[in-house]
Amino acid sequence: MEDSINIKISADELILKDCYDFVQDDSCGGIAVFVGTVRNNTNDKNVYKLEFSAYEPMAVKEMTKIAMEALESFEIEKIAMHHAVGDLKIGAIPVIIAVASAHRDAAFKACQFAIDTLKKTVPIWKKEFFEDGEIWVNAHP
Amino acid sequence: MGKNQVSLEFDDELSIAEFRQRLTKHFPGLKKMPTFAIAVNEEYAEEGRLISPNDVVAIIPPVSGG
Repeated sequence: MEDSINIKISADELILKDCYDFVQDDSCGGIAVFVGTVRNNTNDKNVYKLEFSAYEPMAVKEMTKIAMEALESFEIEKIAMHHAVGDLKIGAIPVIIAVASAHRDAAFKACQFAIDTLKKTVPIWKKEFFEDGEIWVNAHP
Repeated sequence: MGKNQVSLEFDDELSIAEFRQRLTKHFPGLKKMPTFAIAVNEEYAEEGRLISPNDVVAIIPPVSGG
């Protein structure tokens, strides 16, 4: 199963081609990719950057669990999950999920499962910066 | 809490639930968070789990990755 999973948390810019190349496989008929991008607003307020921090060893473990569950639950061959940490400007890429499968349905489903679960369980935190302040997302009622 | 690491000493073996109570007593600011999870040795821990010597305990505020 190790050969089917590629997990990375990086302070460097995420490279879409790295995820694509990892999952590309001659036995697969399709690749589904989700790319998260930094949005310039939240609740009608302008955002000028995001800062991501991670509890890295645990985040890698949790991402690996998600990838393993995706491989068990869907008919997919390979999955790559990359997440960035540090300061990210508008339009930059905090997260990439790539999934390859023989048939497209499994890839779409596994890709959605992976990003949805990552947002719920992986110990990574996002701080939004506005002109008049900053806030840790989800940390306040 | 404004810190990456804190030291607290306990005389007895604590469950996660008991640890959570004592921690909140020490750091009332934690009540401002809607909730937080606790991880032991880099895994989410159930409330009943007992904390043993040398376990690595981490407070996990609501996550917001992706």
